Amino acid sequence: MAESLAYRQLSGPPARFWALLAALAVPLALGAAAYFYMEHNGHIVTGMDNQIVWGMPHVFAVFMIVAASGALNVASTASVFGKTAYKPIAPLSALLAVSLLVGGLTVLVLDLGRSDRLIVAMTHYNFKSIFTLNVFLYNGFIIFCAAYLWTMLERRMNRYAKAVGMGAFIWRLMLTTGTGSIFGFLVARQAYDTAILAPMFVVYSFAYGTAIFILLLLAACRWDGQPIADALLARLKNLLGVFVAASLYFVTVYHLTKLYMTRYDDLERFILVDGGVYTLLFWVGQVLLGGILPLILLFHPRTPRRGIVAACALVVLGGLAQMYVTIIGGQAYPQILFPGMIESSSFFDGVIHPYTPSLPEVLLGLGGMALAASIVAVALRALALLPARLDQVAGSQA
Amino acid sequence: MSAGSNEGLSRRGFLAISAATLGGVMLAPGIRLIEIAAARAPDQPASGKVRWGLLIDTNKCEPGCDDCVTACATENGIKSTGHPRTDSQWIRKVELKDMRSGRTHSLPVMCQHCAEPPCVDVCPTGASFKRADGIVLVDRHICIGCRYCIMACPYKARSFVHQEISDQNPDVPRGKGCVEGCTLCVHRVDRNQQPACVEACTKAGHNAMIFGDLNDPHSEIAQRVAKYASTQIRADLRLDPGVHYQGL
Repeated sequence: MAESLAYRQLSGPPARFWALLAALAVPLALGAAAYFYMEHNGHIVTGMDNQIVWGMPHVFAVFMIVAASGALNVASTASVFGKTAYKPIAPLSALLAVSLLVGGLTVLVLDLGRSDRLIVAMTHYNFKSIFTLNVFLYNGFIIFCAAYLWTMLERRMNRYAKAVGMGAFIWRLMLTTGTGSIFGFLVARQAYDTAILAPMFVVYSFAYGTAIFILLLLAACRWDGQPIADALLARLKNLLGVFVAASLYFVTVYHLTKLYMTRYDDLERFILVDGGVYTLLFWVGQVLLGGILPLILLFHPRTPRRGIVAACALVVLGGLAQMYVTIIGGQAYPQILFPGMIESSSFFDGVIHPYTPSLPEVLLGLGGMALAASIVAVALRALALLPARLDQVAGSQA
Repeated sequence: MSAGSNEGLSRRGFLAISAATLGGVMLAPGIRLIEIAAARAPDQPASGKVRWGLLIDTNKCEPGCDDCVTACATENGIKSTGHPRTDSQWIRKVELKDMRSGRTHSLPVMCQHCAEPPCVDVCPTGASFKRADGIVLVDRHICIGCRYCIMACPYKARSFVHQEISDQNPDVPRGKGCVEGCTLCVHRVDRNQQPACVEACTKAGHNAMIFGDLNDPHSEIAQRVAKYASTQIRADLRLDPGVHYQGL
């Protein structure tokens, strides 16, 4: 046990590391350029309008924020549920959680109409707003993760790791509940207005976060040529499989709920049958590529490592499709002001709202992802967060 | 004789006109003073005893007429930029057709100035707020442009300013990156005037819009709401909008 808890930094020649940072600097610079372009010209240069007010940046941002809380799963499983096999990789899990959250929040903030007024958001609070609660939940999460890392890495603080880990675990559940509630508590739009979105987002976060974590773990180990025990990977992939299955279950319940209520029939028809890109993204992106295919890959008895990598990548892509359907699809379907009436106006009442993501929006989102990756890379190089050995699994009875 | 009587009449006429003019000159400032006295002083807070509202009679609202929309745009300095999807619309004419009976309606829809406004609930900074007299506004100084209020509004009543704005009306400051919506012409209401849309509707002779204090039992709007059946849009949400519709 003791030897498995020795940590090390990301090794390898400096030139290779600098090349990695240089590669990440490209999407970062493009993201920054996209932000200044949008900030200077206004949102007129994006695909967003007064019908689709939250566009591609929100898809990326919400995905990353949801994934952030899920990335902490491995650490929580180790500390809170006592699965010692995950202990060596728990700090990496906490680091990824913080990095994804910072990346997602950066995109969210830079997409504000008045991003220059961030200080206003930090000094003026309306405590009835879920956004305000989330400001505290996000900041609290970062503090919890930092404290958690400290208790895990500082031997004298080890005895507090379980308590802080428990706090972080409860906090992350609250955080994703808050993120889901941003949509769940909106009575104005048919696609939202349901409490199931909160637990649904929690389950999504388990899947997204674990998938990204497995990808990071494999990448970090590959970088150093460090072997990973098959048993550890097998556990992680099974865990991911359970989360993907649970996500599909929640998606099914969500749509059954809406389908059962007659007043939502038209919305369900839009998303599930004739919604064009949203229907395609739902069935092919979210359900098939992001759900069923990863399940087959993860639970097939002879899936090679490449298959696991593919499954994780598919869960990420499926997650982005899921967010697109939820956020953009939910706005594309018109708000019904007068049930039973055919509505028309110069403000596009009663019609499906078109949306084409613009390049700056996509670049901003990718920039946020690059930011998260950069934080992880720099932290792994500067701090001893990677386990010294991963070729043996401790506590295999768990 | 006749010349003399003509002369007398004209003298009488002259005196009458003079008296009327003098009276007018003396009374007018007084009337103006009464108007100013009734209007709210700038340093006085809006009264919670008042609930400003609108009653819109869809039977009187003329299909194809958009005088209210034009008046709103003029009053608030809202100009078309040639991008209808991103242009702000504080008030719009909605045409309705009943799916079963085929009956049609034409009516203006604007911010409904809810008693329980979801836009105010969700606003993280408190920029969306409701005045004591029921008018729902956006404080442009602390709006961060997150658009959560647009997501939350069941009436599609708010707009996001997508680009730089020039030639603004000094009474109605607007700005790129902020959210905006119908203010019920709060700058006019505070001067004891009617909202521009209501004034235009009256001027066009349709009289489909009545503005007034829903809390004042003597006001025309309160009496009409008490006497005739009226509805609120999405009444099922129980947000208690200040805008009532008759004839729907």
